[in-house]
Amino acid sequence: MLRYTLKRLLSLLISLAIASLVIFATIEVAPGDPAFFMLGINAQEDTLAALRVELGLDKSKPQRYWAWITGMIHGDFGTSYQYRTPISGMISARLWVSLPLALYALVISVLIAFPVGIYAATKRGKKGDLIVMGATQFGLAIPNFWFAMMLVLIFAINLRWFSAGGFTSWDKGVFSALKSLTLPALALALPQAAILARVMRSALLDVLSEDFIRTARAKGLSRRQTLQYHGLRNAMIPVLTILGLQLSFLLAGGIIIEQVFYLPGLGRLIFQSISARDLIVVESVTMLLVFAVIIINFIIDLAYAIVDPRLRARS
Amino acid sequence: MLAAIVSFAWTPFDHTSLNIPNKLQAPNGTHWLGTDHFGRDMFSMIMVGARTSITVAFVAVGIGLGLGVPLGLWATARQGGWTDEIIMRGNDLIFAFPSLVIAILITAVFGPGAVNAIIAIGIFNIPVFARVTGGGALQLWTREFILAARVAGKGAIRISIEHILPNLANLLIVQATIQFSLGILAEAALSYVGLGAQPPTPSWGRMLADAQTLVSIAPHMALVPGFSIILTVLGLNLLGDGLRDLLDPKLQQVQK
Repeated sequence: MLRYTLKRLLSLLISLAIASLVIFATIEVAPGDPAFFMLGINAQEDTLAALRVELGLDKSKPQRYWAWITGMIHGDFGTSYQYRTPISGMISARLWVSLPLALYALVISVLIAFPVGIYAATKRGKKGDLIVMGATQFGLAIPNFWFAMMLVLIFAINLRWFSAGGFTSWDKGVFSALKSLTLPALALALPQAAILARVMRSALLDVLSEDFIRTARAKGLSRRQTLQYHGLRNAMIPVLTILGLQLSFLLAGGIIIEQVFYLPGLGRLIFQSISARDLIVVESVTMLLVFAVIIINFIIDLAYAIVDPRLRARS
Repeated sequence: MLAAIVSFAWTPFDHTSLNIPNKLQAPNGTHWLGTDHFGRDMFSMIMVGARTSITVAFVAVGIGLGLGVPLGLWATARQGGWTDEIIMRGNDLIFAFPSLVIAILITAVFGPGAVNAIIAIGIFNIPVFARVTGGGALQLWTREFILAARVAGKGAIRISIEHILPNLANLLIVQATIQFSLGILAEAALSYVGLGAQPPTPSWGRMLADAQTLVSIAPHMALVPGFSIILTVLGLNLLGDGLRDLLDPKLQQVQK
């Protein structure tokens, strides 16, 4: 297990190093001088030069890359060109929107997908299964931002149950904050639930055709008990994989949904920074999202090895 | 697909012609799918928009096939060697990236537009095809007819092209269909946030962005492009499933 963990940890570090290099290089080739952008077209040459020194732009590329990376390890994400405030502060305020949104969506997705997937698997080939599978095909085809607009149209504009956008901050009470995240979370969750339900169904069908299921039935367990004690547990491995992938997708996919609902999360921060050409914010937030995704994948890999001892033995 | 081809020759109205007095009309006899906030004919815009979506998705799949398949073949031909290791690790790495975030980064840095959207979506198709090719080729390499080809003195690269690739065609066609539908969704998302095709080129995603503020007074503006995307993607997914059933001999045996 230790060997496996170390091997995974090494590949995690390599991934992070390459990812940060790619992001840094992409931002590096972007046209435009940040100092010129901050001071405007009437700036004097000497003030421009002074600002470049202040921002560290006069240093060589490897030096700046190193400063960026070591800064981030210490929690210093740099200073926004636009607002002249530390980016870490901007990020932490917005994480309190993006992270709960992703988790909320994940919970909804699981609550819908598990029962639906299990139901479809037990009714294999029958009417209920066909209806569920047809519905999930639609779920796969619906763009989540369009679905979000439809939710706004129905629940915010026509029924007036929710507000059409914006975020009520957590200090105004957990309930109202959650309420303002409900429509966005639903919009994010439903297409994901469609995928998850399909995976749950096929994983369960695979397991149910195994010999040990027949044995369990033969020794007198009811269908329900067999499903509960032997079926579900063994079907969880592929389901967990997809679940992990979905959490990272929900975190990154929230970007677009935040745009629809005007939520002040990381996604809106990225877009606002893009339009203000505040590229250092784009750079650091992108790196943070990539970091989160890579870490989640790492944790899933470890979770596998705990659930499935065969994987440990192989490496 | 049909709409896109027809749109080259004919659209009911010019998709760029503004007709302000006729704005926000609901679907009617003249404008089959209604008009938008500039009085443009929605039906014509959907047809030309289909062209944008399909081109972007098609070229992006082309990039994936063109680079991913040779990489996958190469990795398996040099099985166990350091090239195999590098290609497959590189694949895992791109897989670990949140594709949407990187697509946004690319279009943000190099400027929004259809070409950059194609590149951004295409890059993430490369590892998908490399992995499908690699996985399929790995199984084929253990088969007798490959051994026979080796005995006949053919090199690894020649075997890859002459024997492995034709046997992977089915697998790749199915995967291409799936990536094509994902490409259409991705293009819609990018142009929805303003990073895809730029005005006046119509695209389904941007039509939805235009519709957002007007959704309460003119719901058809959101419904029409939305259903266009859903029907296209749904059709492609079902086509992919159908092709898989048709082309995969293993599945056919199960059905018999």
